Amino acid sequence: MANLLDIRRRIRSVTNTRQITKAMKMVSAAKLRRAQERALAARPYAQMLTNVLKSLVSRAEIYDPDSGEARHPLLAQREQRNILLIVVTGDKGLAGAFNTNILKAAMKFLQSKSGKHVEIEAIGRKGRDFLRRRFPRAEPRSRQEGDHSASESMISLVGEHVGVLNRLDYPLVWSIAERVIERYTAWEIDSAYVLFNEFKSVIAQRLIVEQILPIEQIGETLVRQAEEMSQEERERAVEAAKGTGVALRPVDTRSIDVEAAKFATANVDYIYEQAPAELFRSLLPKYVGVQIFRALLESVAAEHAARMTAMDAATNNATDMIDSLTLAMNRVRQAKITKEIIEIVSGAAAAS
Amino acid sequence: MADTFQFEIVTPEKLVVRDVAEEMQIPGKDGYLGILPGHAPLITELGVGEISYRVHGYTHRLSVAWGFAEVLPDKITILAETAERAEEIDVERAHDAKRRAEERLKNGNSEIDVRRAQVALERADSRLKVASKGRS
Repeated sequence: MANLLDIRRRIRSVTNTRQITKAMKMVSAAKLRRAQERALAARPYAQMLTNVLKSLVSRAEIYDPDSGEARHPLLAQREQRNILLIVVTGDKGLAGAFNTNILKAAMKFLQSKSGKHVEIEAIGRKGRDFLRRRFPRAEPRSRQEGDHSASESMISLVGEHVGVLNRLDYPLVWSIAERVIERYTAWEIDSAYVLFNEFKSVIAQRLIVEQILPIEQIGETLVRQAEEMSQEERERAVEAAKGTGVALRPVDTRSIDVEAAKFATANVDYIYEQAPAELFRSLLPKYVGVQIFRALLESVAAEHAARMTAMDAATNNATDMIDSLTLAMNRVRQAKITKEIIEIVSGAAAAS
Repeated sequence: MADTFQFEIVTPEKLVVRDVAEEMQIPGKDGYLGILPGHAPLITELGVGEISYRVHGYTHRLSVAWGFAEVLPDKITILAETAERAEEIDVERAHDAKRRAEERLKNGNSEIDVRRAQVALERADSRLKVASKGRS
């Protein structure tokens, strides 16, 4: 039978662990709220930019009126031979299945593209570590290399960004986006996708692969692969969000969107300082940057939400464990007392 | 006619300022534009430079880089990639950035490197200029 002292020691240790997981949960909840605010603050710009671009499409005759062909390289479709996939995971663990799920989705995407060359760029340490073990590190392909020798691997890791998620700012994201755009315009890649955990609210999340290049329709998210949350995950998230002040519903963005929709679309004759086509050319790349930025902001929020849920579950498990240990401890103590009484009684009986 | 107009400066990260002004200077791509209330509707791309606006006798300055502006008679909306108020600019960082850009310009080998360095230099210069003027 377990020793009373040992059980007491276990209880104390589990209690300490519970305190840590509880604190981590609250910290994640606070970080989640901040991440949500940031994502919200980024919305007006994204919406305004989208609106301007939409209104410029018609003014600048971006699409050839006869053939319907796009006159901007970022809009042009072409055969997909080299694909770039940006995988966004977290830098840290202890977030439940957050990173694993993303990487599973990444493997699924890679499978669906088998037979094509895929270059992966990893954002986040967890994804980098996993992908680096699986795929060879390679230099980004240049166009001259054109046809690839058979020995070359079909899938390679060409870039990584570690430790950027907790100090995310637009200039940094822009440097990533700029590189992607340059490579696309130089025909080094024929399409670009971002795999990330989309986050509308704690209970409205999905893992999506979003096509960012070529741009097929401005203002539309082009989802190529999606996995919704399971009912069980949703219930767990609701449970975890209780008492943390994290809202379950997606933030209402309608007023922002309506305000943003007015931008540069007033019914007046604008003086164009630059020709509409020129404006469009210099604004369109920003659209790609904004989309990657949004992906990263949402992924950060989702990571905090996942950690909050995981830590809530850990806290509950610790509570269960303390309960059953306390029960075991009481039983042992009771048994000990009973044994002592029997000893005394039988001792007295023997003496009389 | 109203003697002020509203304006907003928005970056990808947040709404930086929403205020009213009596007059404003914005760095258009092809040169500075001065704007008073009742300006004709106009759309322009922005370059790298300084936005200054006057209200209640104070002049406020911001360093901005790249973007897009819509001018309406009673409202200006500016989308800028970066926008910092003069008092927020980290002078030390701007100096660092400037030094780095100059170095890269000297040893830059590829065309892209040189172009990027030029852009960075231009931006650092603008920030330093705005910071040194501050609020007056």
